[in-house]
Amino acid sequence: MKPSERLDATFAALADPTRRAILARLALGEASVAELAAPFDMSQPAISKHLKVLEQAGLISRGQDAQRRPRKIEGGPMQEAVAWLEEYRQFWERRYEALDTLLGQLQAKPPKSKRKRH
Amino acid sequence: MTTMNTKAQVSLPSDSEVEVTRDFRAPRTLVWQAHTDPKLARRWLVGYPGWSMTVCEMDARPGGKYRWRWRSDEDGVEFGFLGEFKEVDKPALLSHYQYYDPGNFDSAMPLDNPCKIRNSFIETDGITTLTTRMDFGSKEARDAAVSTGMTDGMEVNYEGLDRIFAEQQGK
Repeated sequence: MKPSERLDATFAALADPTRRAILARLALGEASVAELAAPFDMSQPAISKHLKVLEQAGLISRGQDAQRRPRKIEGGPMQEAVAWLEEYRQFWERRYEALDTLLGQLQAKPPKSKRKRH
Repeated sequence: MTTMNTKAQVSLPSDSEVEVTRDFRAPRTLVWQAHTDPKLARRWLVGYPGWSMTVCEMDARPGGKYRWRWRSDEDGVEFGFLGEFKEVDKPALLSHYQYYDPGNFDSAMPLDNPCKIRNSFIETDGITTLTTRMDFGSKEARDAAVSTGMTDGMEVNYEGLDRIFAEQQGK
C-alpha cells in the first residue's frame, strides 16, 4: 500500500464506533474474538467482520497463541495517521503563535495621536 | 461560556479540503490587517525554519495579486507562493487563489490548479475566530500538500523555531 492508501484505510477503519471500541479494548492488552465480542450486542461473525477491517488496515494483528488466536493492537498506522495531520497543524500553530505576538504588539502600541501626552 | 481555541485545530471537511481554525485575542479588524498589510503579514508568515522571507507583496483588492517568497539561509534556494485575491470583504471575508512557485516563476501567473483559500473572521467578545478553508482541487493534491507541501525539501528544526519565537517575544 502507498502511504496515502494506508492513511485512507486507517481513517476508514476508525470511522466506526464498534471498531474504535475494539481498539480501546485492545489498547489494554490482547483479547480473543469471544472476549472482544462479549461487551457488544453482536454476533461473533459480526465482530469478526470488524476485526477483518482493522486487520487489513494494519491496526491489529494476531497474537502467538494458536488456540485462542488473540488479537493485539498495532500502533504504527495509528501514529502515522495522527502524525500526518499533527505536523501540518504544528506548521499553522507556529505561524499563529507569531501572529499572536504581532497582535499583542499592535494592541500594546499607543495610538499615534497628537493629542496623546508623552 | 465561551472557550478559546488557543491552539490551531485542523479538520478535513471533504476529500479535497483542509480547514484550520484558531482564536485570537484581538479585534477582527486587526487580524484582518495582519492578513492584508504586507508589512504586518511578513512578521508572522513564518514556519519555515532556516528560511527567510525575502518578498512579501500584497494588493488586497478583488483581482489584486500577491507574491510571497522565502530563501534558504543555507544555500540560497528560493520558493514561494503567488496568488490573486478574489473576495475582499473587510473585515469579514478574504478569499484568494494560490499557486505554488517552485522558485522559477518570476512574476508570471500560472493558470492551472490553484489552491482556493477562504479566510473568515468572526469576532465575539473581542476574540476573533479565524477559519481558513483550503480547497486543493483533488484529494491527491490535498494529501500531497498536507504531507510534504509545507515542508518539502526543508529541514524542520524545532529548536531553531523556538529561538525565533523567543527573539520575537524579546526574551
